[in-house]
Amino acid sequence: MKKYWRSIEEFEEDSKIEKLPEPEFPIEGLAEYEINKSGTTSRRDFLKMLGFGIGFVTFAASCENPINKAIPYLIKPENIIPGNANYYASTFFGGNDYCSVIVKTLEGRPIKIEGNELSSITAGGTNARVQASVLSLYDSFRIKTPLKNKQESTWEEVDADIIGKLDEIAKKGGKIVILSSSVISPSTQSIFEDFNRKYPTAEVIYYDSVSASGIIEANKKNFGQPYLPSYNFDKARLIVSFGADFLGNWLSPIEYTKQYSKNRKVSKTNPDMSRHVQFESTLTLTGSNADYRIPINPSQEAGTILNLYNRIAQKAGKAAITAPESTVNVDSLANELWAAKGKSLVVSGSNDVNIQLVVNDMNYLLGNYGKTINMNRPVYTKQGIDGQMDNLTKRMEKGEVEALLMYNVNPAYDYQNAEAFTDALTKTQLSISFSDTLNETAKLAGYVCPDCHYLESWNDAQPKRGVYSLTQPTINKLFDTRQAQESLLIWSATGGTTEAGENKVENLVEEDAYYAYIKKQWRSNLFPKQLKYAVFSEFWNHTLQAGVFTVSSVADMITRSNYPYVAVYSAANIADCVLKLKSPKAGERAIEFSLYESIGIGDGRQANNPWLQELPDPVSKVCWDNYLAISKTFADKNRLSLGDIVIVNDIFELPVLIQAGQADNTVSIALGYGRSSAGKVADGVGQNAFRLVQSKGTRLYSGNDIKLVPTGSNYILALTQTHHTLHGRDHVRTAMLKDYKENPSAGNEAHLIAEEKKQSMYSEREFKGHRWALAIDLNLCTGCSACVIACQAENNVAVIGRDEVRKKRIMHWIRIDRYYAEKAEDPDVYFQPIMCQQCDNAPCENVCPVSATQNSKEGLNDMIYNRCIGTRYCMNNCPYRVRRFNWYEYANNDKFDYNMNSSLGKMVLNPDVVVRTRGVAEKCSFCVQRIQEKKLGAKMENRELMDGEIKPACLQSCPADAIVFGDRNMPGSEVSKAFANERNYFLLEEVNTRPSVGYLTKIRNTESKKNET
Amino acid sequence: MYNTKIRGVLVEGNKSYADVSRDIIAPIENTAPGWWIYAFAIGIGALIYGVWAFYITISEGIGTWGLNNSVAWGWGIINFVWWIGIAHAGTAFSIFLLIVRQKWRTSINRAAEAMTVVAVLCAGMFPLIHMGRIWMGFFIMPYPNTRGPIWVNFNSPLFWDVVAISTYLMASAVFWYVGMIPDFATIRDKATSKVRKAIYDFLSFGWVGSARGWLRFEALAMILGGLTAPLVISVHSIVAMDFATSVMPGWHSTVFPPYFVIGAIFSGFSMVLTLMIIIRTVYKFQSYVTDSHINAIAKILVFISLIMGTAYCTEIFIAWYSGGEYEYYTFFNNRISGDYTIAFYGMIICNAIIPQLFWFRKIRKNIILVFIISLFVNLGMWFERYVIVITSLTKDYMPANWSTYSPTVVEIGVYVGTLGFFICGVLLFLKFLPMIAISEIKGVLKPTSNGQYLKK
Repeated sequence: MKKYWRSIEEFEEDSKIEKLPEPEFPIEGLAEYEINKSGTTSRRDFLKMLGFGIGFVTFAASCENPINKAIPYLIKPENIIPGNANYYASTFFGGNDYCSVIVKTLEGRPIKIEGNELSSITAGGTNARVQASVLSLYDSFRIKTPLKNKQESTWEEVDADIIGKLDEIAKKGGKIVILSSSVISPSTQSIFEDFNRKYPTAEVIYYDSVSASGIIEANKKNFGQPYLPSYNFDKARLIVSFGADFLGNWLSPIEYTKQYSKNRKVSKTNPDMSRHVQFESTLTLTGSNADYRIPINPSQEAGTILNLYNRIAQKAGKAAITAPESTVNVDSLANELWAAKGKSLVVSGSNDVNIQLVVNDMNYLLGNYGKTINMNRPVYTKQGIDGQMDNLTKRMEKGEVEALLMYNVNPAYDYQNAEAFTDALTKTQLSISFSDTLNETAKLAGYVCPDCHYLESWNDAQPKRGVYSLTQPTINKLFDTRQAQESLLIWSATGGTTEAGENKVENLVEEDAYYAYIKKQWRSNLFPKQLKYAVFSEFWNHTLQAGVFTVSSVADMITRSNYPYVAVYSAANIADCVLKLKSPKAGERAIEFSLYESIGIGDGRQANNPWLQELPDPVSKVCWDNYLAISKTFADKNRLSLGDIVIVNDIFELPVLIQAGQADNTVSIALGYGRSSAGKVADGVGQNAFRLVQSKGTRLYSGNDIKLVPTGSNYILALTQTHHTLHGRDHVRTAMLKDYKENPSAGNEAHLIAEEKKQSMYSEREFKGHRWALAIDLNLCTGCSACVIACQAENNVAVIGRDEVRKKRIMHWIRIDRYYAEKAEDPDVYFQPIMCQQCDNAPCENVCPVSATQNSKEGLNDMIYNRCIGTRYCMNNCPYRVRRFNWYEYANNDKFDYNMNSSLGKMVLNPDVVVRTRGVAEKCSFCVQRIQEKKLGAKMENRELMDGEIKPACLQSCPADAIVFGDRNMPGSEVSKAFANERNYFLLEEVNTRPSVGYLTKIRNTESKKNET
Repeated sequence: MYNTKIRGVLVEGNKSYADVSRDIIAPIENTAPGWWIYAFAIGIGALIYGVWAFYITISEGIGTWGLNNSVAWGWGIINFVWWIGIAHAGTAFSIFLLIVRQKWRTSINRAAEAMTVVAVLCAGMFPLIHMGRIWMGFFIMPYPNTRGPIWVNFNSPLFWDVVAISTYLMASAVFWYVGMIPDFATIRDKATSKVRKAIYDFLSFGWVGSARGWLRFEALAMILGGLTAPLVISVHSIVAMDFATSVMPGWHSTVFPPYFVIGAIFSGFSMVLTLMIIIRTVYKFQSYVTDSHINAIAKILVFISLIMGTAYCTEIFIAWYSGGEYEYYTFFNNRISGDYTIAFYGMIICNAIIPQLFWFRKIRKNIILVFIISLFVNLGMWFERYVIVITSLTKDYMPANWSTYSPTVVEIGVYVGTLGFFICGVLLFLKFLPMIAISEIKGVLKPTSNGQYLKK
């Protein structure tokens, strides 16, 4: 470009400008040198420094920031909408607990177990162990690959080895034994048979850690049927139980709780309820719910039963038998039983065949067979015959067993003579364990072929004759595991490839050999037994969706005509039983013991589940340990107090707990603890009481030769409740049935007074739309604590460990308060589930300085976690003490190394509920995420919400149907009916908090306060 | 002008104006004595323990304290209320006595006000450190924000606390500072080193001692006094409402606000007594803080002690008379008997019984005994807060929730830390600021001293 200029000056000036640039913004008033001086840091330098600074800070700050990838589905799987849950019907079976379940999965992860309402057995109920089973799926202690001599191996290698060895053993006629816990899966049993066909020397032995061998053998003698019968507690007006904890652990507790609660639901229209009499040594869940509970020593059980038998035999016109004098007067009980002929039920938890024979006889005389006991629907959940296991150990010792395949058993831990078994195990040539964790037994096995968790498995189940259900996988296998059935199929090389071969579909599921096998089984065995579906695939799909299938007509196994006993019954035989039943010698007052399963841990197979370890025992309120339960008298006599450590039989040390209602001179210990190889959570927690189990033909879980030596040291048990009586307060209101019949408000007079006096300085709040409320029938709640675990799973409640529980910081949003009343030796027990009461006048709300907790328009007390600054004022001002505080960071903290500290364990978290950070308060929300979900669902479908549609986790899990939830503003809703019930009251009405949780009075079917039957 | 017939001379020892200035400024001009350095070292030691406790609490969580699901407030709140109580003395002392024109206050009020300011700072640390998420603590301030805006909950007594305490802190600090201005000028005038002169010059706001200045000064003192007087009542009433507005048995009580204010003045005066006895002994200020002062404070204490005793009896009576079973249980089964009897009877004995010894002239005259009794009152008032906070929370409505409480090393550390802060704060005050109001002492020198105040 040409340069134009008007004068020489301008021309020269221009060139000057180029040479000496002036500052862009001339600084007035400064001398030139000053300008130059101040210009040492130029704008450019400043920008440089700024750039470097920002760059450096960015670099430094970005160093440790983890990168969380949120990857969308490239190809969206069918039926998966992120954020929307999918539900699959499945079946849980573990020891005592058969449960038909619905598995909630989110983005392919099972996160919650719900009860399956279609099941004719469990009917939507669950228990704590079923609820917690989802966490066991994400147990980091699970075995990740097959093991050969404890070294990681591959399936090919393991298969080749095992098949080679099996063939070799079979060729020379060596004995092969499959040692299994009870198998309720018909397909699995069929696979055992196939295996037997390939290896004719194979034999299946069932072994149950807590066996029902006594009943099975008694039934075999009486009916020729070695099975458990179906008990119908719903048809019994009078239940007499001798140590059978049928609401907690005995045989099928979920089913029995369902049945039991049907007869305990009283209303004005149906003011009758069953009567329940319990004889037992330690205070169990069932005993806590009994109308009459009589503490007896295990040695008194036989005498009491025989005396009761005699009274009834007398009425039935049968000859009485000689029986030791009973310490309990059973006359009136016998009268009542006789009056309730055909509507009564006598059960015994004893594993002694002779006792069970007498009980069978008693039930027979009372005409209960065919009415409250059904032999035609045998129950298959316990099949183990104890003698076979003892025999097996002996044979193994002699080296007669060459190969041992162990499925679902852990005898190195739970066999009474575990050392003999482990020694004998070394004498086998081939030992294979299918355990999914490296437990005490799997550790000793030559090969471990890890089984899948049930949530990764296909299976079927026939818990009861003619009642079937299916297990289906809800997640891909997490590790390189293989179902035991599939392993057996491969080894017996009958391989269920037919079905898969036929269809040749490109579906991973279809390639599963065991899946094909089950389908084949169902096609040939069950499909013909129904008429509804003409095509198998329809039948299969429908059944898989429903999860359950009941054969409509089952042929009677025992026809009416031969229902009476098969020859065995006679007075002589009963007398024979009496002889065998060891009666306590006069003057012999050795300390007796009884062993029981705890509600959380059961027989210990899920011991590594932190939710279950932290579940307080509903009766003793202890978690994270087992203990020696002793009576008050015994404690006083031996100068023992809570936590004093005692050496038991020179085997182990246990702290004592003074248990109200404990039979004097009998100590009780929970089984399932003291695992040595269960995983980091369970190892070293408590002591293994299986070592005290006695074997006298059957395994006996009580005895009278225990030796106790106090050590003088003390141990602090993790107790969640330390005050056990109501101190005369009326938080639990109660009435006797006869009073209730006369006056439905009996025991609830305080509520009437409170309603009368109800007034407020402020205007009443109005709820124009929904008004959520929950009612709990204290008469139905058995205290089983399924709701506690269900809530924990649903709401991501943290596990805090023993030390923190000792500090009374347990995080559970719902807790079961347990109160004793009357005498310490024989108390009345009350359970009261407490969750946030969602008060209309919530004391927690007005004290929060930052409004982090507020009342919603629908009557909920909402908690805003990210607003909370943790003043804990709300916790202090909550008269129900339902608020919990995050004292520490419970997630991602090595000090709390439970499920929220590993990416595997965190898979169980519910994405709909935030994981709370340190320093905030939390509490029950009435499962607000579920309320919102259903509200939204109804809105999308353009309809009104239905009553009962929303089910908070506690309600869903409850096997006793004790909880009702709904809209209090909806006329005719269940909860508004419950609130209108004369039995309904609110906790602490005098504080005028106006709670949204109502409690229905506890009714006891007793004649007068505390008199013995 | 001042009736001194009864009280006698306010400043003993025939002090002249120059003596007064010299005596009071001496500790500032001289190097710190040995005991001061030792005491300061102890204070720093305690402070370091406190800093560790703060660090642990903030880095790990409130779980390091002995609290639990039922007892969510423990030593944190006990000590908060205790410090707030102590913080009552200075302002109550200065302002009430200023308003009623009690000139004998002049030799004590400055130290009492300083104590107030330091104690309020100590008290203020507790609500902060006791928050679960201290880093979110600013949520408690009502300021326009982008979150809605979400406002604070104006119904919450904790929010009232924030307002009351911060106002009280500011008012006391201003009142204290303004009172020191003429004295700063005096120090400045006497200063020999340039640095000191500069500093005190700055602090004195250019005070020249003109008549106009004095006029303004007197008026401001009166106005500030008048403004701050209600705060003395309000701040502890509001702290009392933290408890009184709740539903807990033993907390929910209408007697709490006056009872707390009186209790606070009680503990504040006893702390003044404790400190003044130490100061007059170590600095040999017996001429300024005379036996007559001690006597006067002791008389006030015996009176307040009677009120405290009445309040305790009223509470217990009402617990019985109201027929409320929960309140009855708290008072009769968890205070008079039960797990916390030591604290309860400690409170009764220290606050209601031991101060009754002040009825005896001989005991009032015995400085050592007075000192010991003042310590007992401080302890008793701590017990009182312990009884209120802990007994109500441990055994409230539902027996299933009942629990116990004991503090941890960390919790104790927070308390010891504030004690350390208090010691250091007071020591720094003694070293660098005029611990007795020089100008005011001079004001009462003329009519009350019988000596030749202009001599020398």
